[in-house]
Amino acid sequence: MSVDVTMPRATAPAILPGSGGMRGTLSDLFWRRPQLLLLLMLLPPVLWLGIVYIGSLFALLAQSFFSIDEYSGLINRQFTLKTYGDLLQAANLDIILRTVTMAALVTLASAIVAFPIAYYAARYARGRWKALFYLGVMLPLWSSYLVKIYAWKLILAKEGILTWLFAKLHLLWILDAWLSLPVVGGNSLSVSFTGTFIVFVYVWLPFMILPVQAALERVPGNLVEASSDLGASPGQTFRNVLFPLALPGIVAGSIFTFSLTLGDYIIPQIIGTSRLFIGQAVYSQQGTAGNIPLAAAFTVVPIIIMGFYLWGAKRMGAFDAL
Amino acid sequence: MRSDRGQSAPLGLKIAAACGLLFLHLPILLIFVYAFTTEEKSFVWPPPGLTTQWFAVTWNRPDVWEALSLSVRVAAISTAIALVLGTLCAAAVSRTKFFGRETISLLVILPIALPGIITGIALRSAFSLADIPFSFWTIVLGHATFCVVVVYNNAVARFRRTSGSMIEASMDLGADGFQTFRHVMLPNIATALLAGGMLAFALSFDEVIVTTFTAGQQQTVPIWMLEELIRPRQRPVTNVVAMVVVLVTLLPILFAYYLTRDGDQIAGSGK
Repeated sequence: MSVDVTMPRATAPAILPGSGGMRGTLSDLFWRRPQLLLLLMLLPPVLWLGIVYIGSLFALLAQSFFSIDEYSGLINRQFTLKTYGDLLQAANLDIILRTVTMAALVTLASAIVAFPIAYYAARYARGRWKALFYLGVMLPLWSSYLVKIYAWKLILAKEGILTWLFAKLHLLWILDAWLSLPVVGGNSLSVSFTGTFIVFVYVWLPFMILPVQAALERVPGNLVEASSDLGASPGQTFRNVLFPLALPGIVAGSIFTFSLTLGDYIIPQIIGTSRLFIGQAVYSQQGTAGNIPLAAAFTVVPIIIMGFYLWGAKRMGAFDAL
Repeated sequence: MRSDRGQSAPLGLKIAAACGLLFLHLPILLIFVYAFTTEEKSFVWPPPGLTTQWFAVTWNRPDVWEALSLSVRVAAISTAIALVLGTLCAAAVSRTKFFGRETISLLVILPIALPGIITGIALRSAFSLADIPFSFWTIVLGHATFCVVVVYNNAVARFRRTSGSMIEASMDLGADGFQTFRHVMLPNIATALLAGGMLAFALSFDEVIVTTFTAGQQQTVPIWMLEELIRPRQRPVTNVVAMVVVLVTLLPILFAYYLTRDGDQIAGSGK
């Protein structure tokens, strides 16, 4: 380890006499040998995260190369790629494809809904309003995930608010027409992919607003003014000036919305159809089916997808916008 | 010139931003209304009547109290562990440059950057490989791991703003390392640590995905809620618990915001 501290390292006798006592000796020792202090500071967190977290990840990875004996249901602890082969079955590929499609749609919708909020907060909100906007995004971000899902169950249920609202506006036929559509529809919004999609967008939206706002805050206001002075319409200014400059922020936000959708299993379980997402497949494989190797192999899928995603995002400079 | 046409936002933008914020807040407010509804069986809207009787019913439910007690104990211990580990890590990373510094920042962020289900199942498979039975401590192990990052983020930001010359001045005036830490560093980072601790507590109190994999048969408040969502027993009780959960998590967050809001006025930041 090379250490860079502002004070020269005291190898010559110290100018001051050493402080007495155990505490003084320790204090002097740390002052002379900053590496030792650094090591002592880093040791507990690195040991904890290294053993508990990285250790567990390796345990998981190792399990994905085991296989399950189809007759006894016991786990065979021998290296095999058979489990990954199982992953390529049509039913499992279907799950992966469905999850990735949902994640992409949720990301797109989040970006569209987030942009006006982020833009207003970055460019027009000042003082008290700015604080209000900040809290307005932070409170939903931090408030209970399950409560938010529960609230949406209340809204989307057959006897819930949305049905009531549509009925009041005499627009129930639109809702019914939508629910009768093949893939996105269902018995009610709370047991349809449309419902799953809305709740995903709702729950991850703050994760998109914050990085987009951060990116937009770095765009100088006079750039937008110059564009409009040169005769660009608001639409042209948006397409040619604002959007390209906000893109790293959008990509940064999409890392969260995409990754969180890939891994979530609670939302599709509570609001959605019986057709599974990756998270649900992992959960049921390790729980009811007892097939931990296949569950482990399933989790490798989002890790690999996110690996490529992060690599692409880094190339687009999204990490500077985080 | 066109740009002289006033600095206020276009109407369309105002409406879109307002609708976005309403979209974020209305569903949570709704929970508060449902906690008072007289309807017991379904989610019917608008509520046929309002009552406070469900608060009394909830108060007398032992399972709710057990879940609450477990959640608070887990969150308290996890926050304490995260405070120690996160502060140590932040102090090391912000003061010095060393080989592997970036790796350590990544290591701290990874438990929340990867989907929760991966953290959860990884811990579970490690427990099963190592034959560790589920207990209070298996939950704490998971929670503390992802709480570290919250404390770390808050502490690192504050350490970067606190001027190094104050430490040198303290040392020059004859204080030893421990005295400098106690009388100079600690007062400067205290509010950031408190804010980080509050957020870590809220994060742990609310965590459900990792907990389902590490809890075994035990029920924290979110696990209790999840159970009620899948197999409802008494809906109004769930409504009341949901409202209490919103309040229990929102208050620490507001307080944490209040503590870190005046970040520019930290001593030594004007160097």
